[in-house]
Amino acid sequence: MTDKTQLKTRPERYFQPEIEKASADALFAVQSERLLKTVNNCYANIPFYRSAMDALGVLPGDITSADDLSKLPFTTKQDMRDAYPFGLFAVDVHSRVQRLHASSGTTGNATVCGYTQEDIDNWGDCFARSIAQVGGGRESILQIAYGYGLFTGGLGAHEGGIRIGATILPMSSGNTQRQVQMMNDFGTDILACTPSYALLIADTAIEMGYDPASDFKLSGAILGAEPWSEGMRQEIEDKLGVVAVDIYGLSEVMGPGVSCECRVQNGLHVAEDQFIIEILDPETLKPVPDGEYGEVVFTTLTKECSPLLRYRTRDISCIVPGTCSCGRTLRRMGRISGRTDDMLIIRGVNVFPSQFQQAIAEFAEVTNHYEILLTRKGQLDKVELKVETTPEFDFDEIRKIEELQQRIGNELKSNLQVSVDVSVVEPKSIERSMGKARRVIDLR
Amino acid sequence: MPNQVTVFLENEQGRLAALCHTLAAADVNMSALTVADTASYGVARLLVDKPEPALQALLDAGYRAKLTDVSAVEIPNVVGSLAPLLEAFDEAGLNLEYAYCFGSGQEKVTVVFRVENPEGIAEIAQRLGYRLLHSADL
Repeated sequence: MTDKTQLKTRPERYFQPEIEKASADALFAVQSERLLKTVNNCYANIPFYRSAMDALGVLPGDITSADDLSKLPFTTKQDMRDAYPFGLFAVDVHSRVQRLHASSGTTGNATVCGYTQEDIDNWGDCFARSIAQVGGGRESILQIAYGYGLFTGGLGAHEGGIRIGATILPMSSGNTQRQVQMMNDFGTDILACTPSYALLIADTAIEMGYDPASDFKLSGAILGAEPWSEGMRQEIEDKLGVVAVDIYGLSEVMGPGVSCECRVQNGLHVAEDQFIIEILDPETLKPVPDGEYGEVVFTTLTKECSPLLRYRTRDISCIVPGTCSCGRTLRRMGRISGRTDDMLIIRGVNVFPSQFQQAIAEFAEVTNHYEILLTRKGQLDKVELKVETTPEFDFDEIRKIEELQQRIGNELKSNLQVSVDVSVVEPKSIERSMGKARRVIDLR
Repeated sequence: MPNQVTVFLENEQGRLAALCHTLAAADVNMSALTVADTASYGVARLLVDKPEPALQALLDAGYRAKLTDVSAVEIPNVVGSLAPLLEAFDEAGLNLEYAYCFGSGQEKVTVVFRVENPEGIAEIAQRLGYRLLHSADL
């Protein structure tokens, strides 16, 4: 039994307080100095950036501070694909690169990033801050259930564990009963995995006869790599007895740890000493005011091998205005509300899968598992949302099921401006995932 | 009050057979089964000899299943025996959600009801000379 009443109120921990609590001026100075170095590196060593800057008539000498960022060219995912495999590397692969990561490449060439030892250490620092943000430290046992491999999740968390000096349990994903067994036997403090996998671990532990919230020593969960709702967070926190924070990162930019929530859970602090974040209108590419949503664009400040200037992530988020009560001065980005390229166009309306998730989170009668099925009937798009009811829901009378389906449908109609056929399905007929959950099946 | 087992079923071939197999494996005997179906799913309602073990077996097999209190009245198997019962329900303001019947021998028929406030049923059955059934009678 562990006392978990203090999870959100115990003293704040910092891994690199001098950076995490830096003044705006100090941070600007660090960003400016590092941006100059990065621009010089890009121009001198990466032909793609040399020609992109030449085309804009910008020389490295024109960049004198972080305020000159907007003079620099953008980088897109397509640019990275075109450079496959090592075209955007600024260092020699054989002598300097310690490790390679790559995206899955299911929709074209994979995007490949190289890491020098310095890059890996800097990345580890980012994730180590996240471990501290959820209350962990060198005494923690960190169970990593992100996949290890080309995907950055597993090894990114691993490097964080090394930098903070935690005890690492490198489980990778899968073998869920064994995850639960070791979580119990070894006394895991902190779990790092995708949110859907955290939920599967929780449900498996409960099926195995544990009450993880009281039986396990678990106190924190660092979850990311897929969108999740507040309802899902609540369920994970209740079932596992943890503070669950959202971590963000993408392999092109570095990996998990580019930004991460603290226990305040109101926005993800960006590692601004290592990345400059911009939120731009995806049409005009001009900055939007704090609090307004736009495309997230990152410029790396420390990466030696795969530096990126103004990389368009296609993720949609905002800067959370104001300061955070955790003491960190690093600005916060909102949780990702969608992706410009995951956007579904249904009957001409732009819809993000996360909007479905947010809508069903309002209904206590259904679980967080859902599936969106898109088909075409004649010229019209047809949307079906499959949900499953909680064990408590009383379905004895058909009327109650029909009413529930209708109420969810009405909620979706008013939120998305799209008609959705909602159907209740049997439990477990919606696929549970080991990694990223597959929420949308588009048969159009 | 008799316990009915209610099971949510997707409208999918073989689903009802699988349900029966699950119950058979748990050594549960069924005395009544009715399925209310819609285009995409069905709700199976069953009366069994061992409701609690039946429920557990179904939950273990991954079904959404619940126990529901229902009322059961035994009426004579003759023309015109059900109508006065239902009329009496109407007069008493009992709101009927659903009902189903099954034969229990040549002479009698059992009618199962789901009503919101079942308190008045015993008195109505007695007045009409019908027998209100309990779990043990089924």
